[in-house]
Amino acid sequence: MPTTQHISIDTDRCIGSGQCALTAPKTFTQDDDGFSALLPPDERASEDPLAREAARACPVQAITVAED
Amino acid sequence: MSEVISEAVPETVAFPQDRTCPYHPPTAYAPLRDQGQPLSRVHLYDGREVWMVTGHAEARALLTDQRLSSDRMNPDFPAPSPRFEGLRTEDRKSRTTLLGVDDPEHNVQRRMLIPSFGLKRIAAMRPRIQQIVDRLLDDMEAGGHPAELVSAFALPVPSMVICELLGVPYTDHEFFEDASRRLLRGPTAADSRKALDDLEEYFGELITRKEAEPGDGLLDELIADRLRTGDLSREMLVSMAMILLVAGHETTANMISLGTFTLLQHPEKLAALRADAALMPAAVEELLRYLSIADGMLRVAAEDIEVGGVTIRKGEGVVLSTSLVNRDATAYAAPDELDWDRSARHHIAFGFGIHQCLGQNLARAELEIALHSLFVRFPGLRLAAPAEEIPFKPGDTIQGMVELPVAW
Repeated sequence: MPTTQHISIDTDRCIGSGQCALTAPKTFTQDDDGFSALLPPDERASEDPLAREAARACPVQAITVAED
Repeated sequence: MSEVISEAVPETVAFPQDRTCPYHPPTAYAPLRDQGQPLSRVHLYDGREVWMVTGHAEARALLTDQRLSSDRMNPDFPAPSPRFEGLRTEDRKSRTTLLGVDDPEHNVQRRMLIPSFGLKRIAAMRPRIQQIVDRLLDDMEAGGHPAELVSAFALPVPSMVICELLGVPYTDHEFFEDASRRLLRGPTAADSRKALDDLEEYFGELITRKEAEPGDGLLDELIADRLRTGDLSREMLVSMAMILLVAGHETTANMISLGTFTLLQHPEKLAALRADAALMPAAVEELLRYLSIADGMLRVAAEDIEVGGVTIRKGEGVVLSTSLVNRDATAYAAPDELDWDRSARHHIAFGFGIHQCLGQNLARAELEIALHSLFVRFPGLRLAAPAEEIPFKPGDTIQGMVELPVAW
């Protein structure tokens, strides 16, 4: 059974470094104000091995990736 | 009865130290690397002992730890040089912003600036950055060689870019470049303090002028959206403008000059980069790691912190050695080698945590465009003086070349 990634972004904590969007561009982007955002579901990879890497690259630990 | 009192010579290594080679960490730090501990004791100019963090995992953990404070007004905050003391007198409290304060104040200030440094905004600036770079290269080529790369290219590129972004007239560049140099290099505390006063006066007048005649830079936006509304005091706006201008040109200028020098000293790496322009973003990331030009981030412990097998006590000073952390062998294989194929991601050249460089993606864009265009324009670029005779900056400031004579 395929796992599903649940990704959450704490936008209050986000400092707009862009590390998530640079590390995992198939999952993350930035909104027009420069804060982290998930790509729309139809444009996003369902399973992105780089999502965890992006969470690690985030300088303020604003990204959580859970799998079930 | 007589007593021999021995001179109190600290047995620890002194911080900061001058580099022996402009692109390698100071050789005097070798004992800190060799002993294999992620934290060591070092002493500052005034004899005070502080913790120096050299381990990659420990640095990342500490830089995201709220118990480690950036509050420069904390009397326990470590001073790396006498110059620093002149910049944190009591009257500066209301004028300290961004990298000198903790959350929640820092967060409120930073969020006012984030939209201007977002990836989309920076991507939209690329054509204009390319134009600035090309024009400077035209002038350099027309002037003939030898040329001095710092004044002809490395400094004016980021200086012009940050001026446009902020809405600062580039015609004032001789003043603010000189004041920035005095602020960051002194040499005396009085010199740095005078430079700070000069810059504050300059920005105070500039903001007054802009209130009467608004332009279209970030400072104009902040005046309209934040100063008029009372979200930001005048003093704080001046402080933020000054930090953005100084950090926006000094750092990138040093990365361009030292990056060029380093590439010229590694011809095989340069050849690989020339053969495949797509390597440039990875090469910039690796150069950021390798050169670590802002070497030594300072903090003070607001509480006891256990890390790397030691306890940092409340009130103790901490210095994070960017150059040693970025060459920690547990994080990077063969860390002293330049390697375009490694994943240099997770380096701390821009810091880590809430204070990570606001302008990092602007810096990446500038470095990619400037280095690529320089070597395309001058395929035969070479040093115009023996490498060992070219002056570079002392250890107590941002690292880079003082001058870089080149020919082509």
